[in-house]
Amino acid sequence: MTNPLTSFSYAAIGKAARYTAISGVALLLGLMACSPRTPVRNTASVKPESTRKKAPEFTLKDSHGAPVHLSDFKGKVVLLDFWATWCSPCAVELPWFMEFERKYKDRGFEVLGVAMDDEGWKIINPFVAKRKFNYRVVLGDDLTGDQYGGIEALPSTYVIDRNGKIAAVHIGLTNKKDFEDAIQTLLDAPVNTAEEGRPGNSPAGDRAAGAGADAQRRAGSHS
Amino acid sequence: MLNVAPVPTVRTQKGAVAVVTLRASLPQGYHANSNTPTDAYLIPLSLKWTGGPLQVDAVTYPKASLEKYAFSEKPLSVVTGEFTLTTKFKVPADAPNGAAAQTGTLKFQACNDRMCFAPKTVNVSVAVEIQ
Repeated sequence: MTNPLTSFSYAAIGKAARYTAISGVALLLGLMACSPRTPVRNTASVKPESTRKKAPEFTLKDSHGAPVHLSDFKGKVVLLDFWATWCSPCAVELPWFMEFERKYKDRGFEVLGVAMDDEGWKIINPFVAKRKFNYRVVLGDDLTGDQYGGIEALPSTYVIDRNGKIAAVHIGLTNKKDFEDAIQTLLDAPVNTAEEGRPGNSPAGDRAAGAGADAQRRAGSHS
Repeated sequence: MLNVAPVPTVRTQKGAVAVVTLRASLPQGYHANSNTPTDAYLIPLSLKWTGGPLQVDAVTYPKASLEKYAFSEKPLSVVTGEFTLTTKFKVPADAPNGAAAQTGTLKFQACNDRMCFAPKTVNVSVAVEIQ
């Protein structure tokens, strides 16, 4: 025969235990939900290291006439941005790049802007001053553009790893997070000491560096 | 990218007014700045007649539309699709009789909603016959 009192007590204890367990799980889930989240970094924002090509070396001049070589940035992660004052989508990205320069400069990162304005410094200088660029800008030319696959569309941006290899190419206005993920991934990556660690004098074969540029050339064939 | 249709031969007379209409078009999804862009840094649509027997009186640019793009905070003054540029010429009284060519350039700078393309200049030529 079952003692109703005893039976009730066991049931009550079981119920309390289940309640406690459920509450615990709920509390844990709640804590997890409320804890600060670590942003998810898209590591696919950079090419696998084995597929990266050397960034073609170039020498271009800054607004003071001083030569700037890509190899000056040896050992750094570089965001190489081909842009122009007449390019409205480029203007959207410029404040991001200034922010990246501030944020990551001390970790071995630099932005280098390559202005593709035909009119040269007379139009670039006021633009740069007005927007208070905090990174270096050089005047681009067709030769350098050709080395990077032919810069038909702007913005064309190359993210270069510490070994001087192109880790990401973005043709056209790109998501800010894609750039930042690539920069962070490359800054966190161990330096490959087997590499020479400098941008190379890449042959024309490296024009594939501008992977997306082919598509843009097709889209942008002027008549 | 910018296509300019061939213009039929302009047959005119000394002392007369000749009107030439250029019909241009951009592919869908692309735009070019109008002749009066909203920002000083943007490169305007520009038609310049550089050679030939006719004297330019006035160039009428296509009516611009104000379009908002993902990359622009403010609408931009642009031309899209098919548009025309009309030039009114004066035929000088001392213009030589016979066939000639009126030549010029059409400069434009085009973009789509993600990227911009280098400014381009298209040569234009119109056959003229003065009687």
